Amino acid sequence: MNGVHDMGGMHGMGPIDYEKNEPVFHQHWESRAFALTRAMSAWRKWPGDASRHQRELIPAAEYLRMSYYEKWITALVELLLKNGLITAAELESGVPATDSPKSIPSLTADRVPRVVAQGGPASRDIPVVPRFQVGQRVRARNMHPDGHTRLPRYVRAKLGTIERDHGVFVFPDTNAHHLGEKPQHVYSVCFPARDLWGEQASLHDAVYLDLWDDYLEPA
Amino acid sequence: MEDHHQEHQAVPSDLTLRVRALESLLVEKGLVERAALDALIDTYEHKIGPRNGARVIARAWVDPAYKQRLLTDATAAIAELGYGGLGGDHMVVVENTPKVHNVVVCTLCSCYPWPVLGLPPVWYKSAPYRSRVVINPREVLREFGLELPEDVGVRVWDSTAELRYLVLPERPAGTADLSEESLAALVTRDSMIGVAKVKLIGKEGCV
Repeated sequence: MNGVHDMGGMHGMGPIDYEKNEPVFHQHWESRAFALTRAMSAWRKWPGDASRHQRELIPAAEYLRMSYYEKWITALVELLLKNGLITAAELESGVPATDSPKSIPSLTADRVPRVVAQGGPASRDIPVVPRFQVGQRVRARNMHPDGHTRLPRYVRAKLGTIERDHGVFVFPDTNAHHLGEKPQHVYSVCFPARDLWGEQASLHDAVYLDLWDDYLEPA
Repeated sequence: MEDHHQEHQAVPSDLTLRVRALESLLVEKGLVERAALDALIDTYEHKIGPRNGARVIARAWVDPAYKQRLLTDATAAIAELGYGGLGGDHMVVVENTPKVHNVVVCTLCSCYPWPVLGLPPVWYKSAPYRSRVVINPREVLREFGLELPEDVGVRVWDSTAELRYLVLPERPAGTADLSEESLAALVTRDSMIGVAKVKLIGKEGCV
């Protein structure tokens, strides 16, 4: 979606606010919002792509106003409702419905080290023929899906070169919407900064993006 | 658990109340275990952070064969030191040289190599950094105190997929006699994101 989250190259966002000796979490609730989001993802009711998309769906003005973990907790509540893990009435009252079955937590403290160490690889060990070769010139497609995509606006219709084939990965545009993994190759694609930003950019500079087969066409 | 960071406030913030209420509901329903939340927070507050990445960088500086493995298959090379997993399943290391400077961003959200750097700082996730570093990297780096000569190419890595990027900074001059551990102590988080170089600690010429 052409949301405000897709902000690469935008002006007017203000200066970078650097904090020395920054703590991992600034408020206690931030740490709980982080941990709740991670713990609930252990139920595997939605992929990480869906979490990202849920944050993108926060209305633009709110997205820019909210702090980082406020976006996380806002998106988590929506995912819990959408996936039927809580009801609106429970959210309102703060207590489980009387007929609500009691679950057994998916993630327990003893499993945390293993879950953190294992992660959740998005690569798929299946043979998929790559559509492009290293060194090939490509054009990022001029596409504007209203759902989730990881193709930023600032490279659409721009020319680049395939620098590296990372192998086969789940495709977020379908996976975020529970429409299947559609595994395909992901490439590191180099875009000269001048081709993206014009004369103001240095001739020596470049921007690299990781792009899926479906985002690219031969140049 | 008490909100110890906010005990000076007479009235808890709206977010404190919202998150507390949600946690309570999810615990009551048996969907989360409080001890698991505590363990997750402890992991990222105390166990996983930029010291991990610094050890990777120091190893690459002292061991050319390791550096080669790191640049060829970063995920496997980083796993040799025991790091990997959540938020960094697929790693790429990009090397700074006298002619190339690398800097990492995620313009679409906040992708960051958790196993080696921990959770990202606020500025990395913020709109100013995400919007500006791709279009005007030299100005952004200048604000971080890093002025690059025009003939040094700046490569901006926008983490659009599940690959996570770690910058291998240049080893500073005058460190030939430093141990791997002392070298690791010089490596900052910012240098591994690419918004700083690694410097010798102390007065120039006195280390």
